[in-house]
Amino acid sequence: MAQNPDEKKRNEFLYFAMRNNKLKIGAAIILFFLVLAAIGPLLTDNEPTAFAGPMSDPPSAEFWFGTTFFGQDVFAQFVVGLRATFLVGAIGGGLATVIGMLVGFIAGYRGGIIDEALNVLTNIVLVIPTFALLLIIAAYLEVRGLFMESVLIGLTAWPWAARAIRAQTLSLRSREFVDLARMSAMKPLRIIFTEIAPNMMSYLVMAFILQFGGAILIAATLDFIGLGPTTGFSLGIMMQYAVLWGALPLGTWWWFVPPGAAIAAIVGALYFMNVGLDEVFNPKLRET
Amino acid sequence: MRRYFSRKLLIYLITFFLAVTIDWLIPRLMPGDPIQNMLSRAALNANAAETMHTYYTHAFQLDLPVWQQYLSFWNALFHGDLGISTYLFPTPVAKVIKDAVPYDIFLLLPSILLSWWAGNKFGAFAARTKRLDNTVLPIAYLLTATPYMWLGILLAWVFGIILGWFPIAGAYSFTMGTQLTWVFVGSVLKHWFLPFASLFLVGFGGWAIGMRNMIIYELEADYSHYLEALGAPRRLIRRYAFRNAILPQLSGLALQLGVIVAGALVTEVVFSYPGIGYLILSAIQNQDYFLVQGCFLFIIIGVLLANFLIDIAYVIVDPRTRKGMVGE
Repeated sequence: MAQNPDEKKRNEFLYFAMRNNKLKIGAAIILFFLVLAAIGPLLTDNEPTAFAGPMSDPPSAEFWFGTTFFGQDVFAQFVVGLRATFLVGAIGGGLATVIGMLVGFIAGYRGGIIDEALNVLTNIVLVIPTFALLLIIAAYLEVRGLFMESVLIGLTAWPWAARAIRAQTLSLRSREFVDLARMSAMKPLRIIFTEIAPNMMSYLVMAFILQFGGAILIAATLDFIGLGPTTGFSLGIMMQYAVLWGALPLGTWWWFVPPGAAIAAIVGALYFMNVGLDEVFNPKLRET
Repeated sequence: MRRYFSRKLLIYLITFFLAVTIDWLIPRLMPGDPIQNMLSRAALNANAAETMHTYYTHAFQLDLPVWQQYLSFWNALFHGDLGISTYLFPTPVAKVIKDAVPYDIFLLLPSILLSWWAGNKFGAFAARTKRLDNTVLPIAYLLTATPYMWLGILLAWVFGIILGWFPIAGAYSFTMGTQLTWVFVGSVLKHWFLPFASLFLVGFGGWAIGMRNMIIYELEADYSHYLEALGAPRRLIRRYAFRNAILPQLSGLALQLGVIVAGALVTEVVFSYPGIGYLILSAIQNQDYFLVQGCFLFIIIGVLLANFLIDIAYVIVDPRTRKGMVGE
């Protein structure tokens, strides 16, 4: 493979990436929350579960996001929840992308009976409302950790990525450079990872971003109905407690606004970035 | 067309079979004695606990060989027997679910169909319209990224608590029984509106963005450029693009059903709306496992049925599936 045109292409992508406002805005929002999640717990002395202050106190200099019905520091809970959110997104979304890649590559490249079998499997997991599946598994697990939740989400969220990657692999498989690699007796796995995968890198990155956002939303939904981690804290659990303990009738909006706003902002920024990336990689979509 | 349907039906049948198997398997795979756990946490009095223990041992049939347990689970299922709810003892699970379902249909059907229709129309309209693309679409992104329950909480807070326009709990006023009067119908609609609105808005954002991206792809396709070169009016090209873009949106609807149902569940929890979602919350909080299992099966069956309906709609709008030109 010639190296030169590749490099030129990369520079071109970088050029359009730097000019793409959607990508820049999205990335900036994600970066902001990442930094907040990293340094946030250092900015407060309060433990998320400690009864640190007066009950249902509005935001003040001491408690930036106010306190809960029990006098817990909302900001302390919020930053710990942010960490959990990014963790679920990375593990759950990452696992889903990896499984989707494996299934998609193998099905698309091998074809035949293997493709048929993997296709049936994909379609089945695709049609099962995975949330219901997670629900019943989580309901029977007595101790649930954040890691366990992420893995369960990853194990159920992969099908559409597998489908998209399979379609791409199928169209790349019959290209000349892949034929050439095959003729030079390259092993199938090497062909997949050195010839096919790099040519659909943009696709894989975008699939990961979407899975990342999806995993965050699923986790928040599970947490909200009380099937989240039994140890630790998350943004979904914050909202669950806020609703359960009457934050609505009490009007303590500082309890339920930050967690949901953060999720919406993070996932929205991810989707926004994705469209930006699509425009970077696909010249046809750029605004004229 | 026959091939198309037989493939789909096969998938649905396998899925249903697997779902029932999972429903049967999960309580048996989990560590510990499920019956003992259930009873110790249900905090029943001694007499009730005794009755429940006998009932559960019989219901799970743990003394029989495994394959017999499995077969009788299927048998019970075909007789509509999903066990008895512990939380609403002694109502059968099937009846508890049956009472909740009308609320779900009443909430889900309008919000899914309307948000799909409106989102597609709006997305097609906004695509390649610079001003809308830069003002309204960012809002659509935010809407589709919003967790369903949070939008529900916000709407309940603003329109229910601050403005006081809508009630925020129940399906109708607590002071009324079910009756057929205008006042009652008004009360039902008033209680319905906020949960409907939050489901509608999240869905609307997603469909609008999907359609906008699809239309842009279609407008860049060869046939559009060809039409343009022929001097066809913009409206005509857009109409062709829309008709092509609606197909992936239709299969997208089938793929999104699970997510929408999950969203409806938590929205019901926020508004204490007495559908399946609210039921699941109560079932989880009261450790009512039969009810959780029943709800799980019901959701699966509902989603499979809806998928099948969408398949039929797909055949109607896409002539290629009728002619057997598309395998899947």
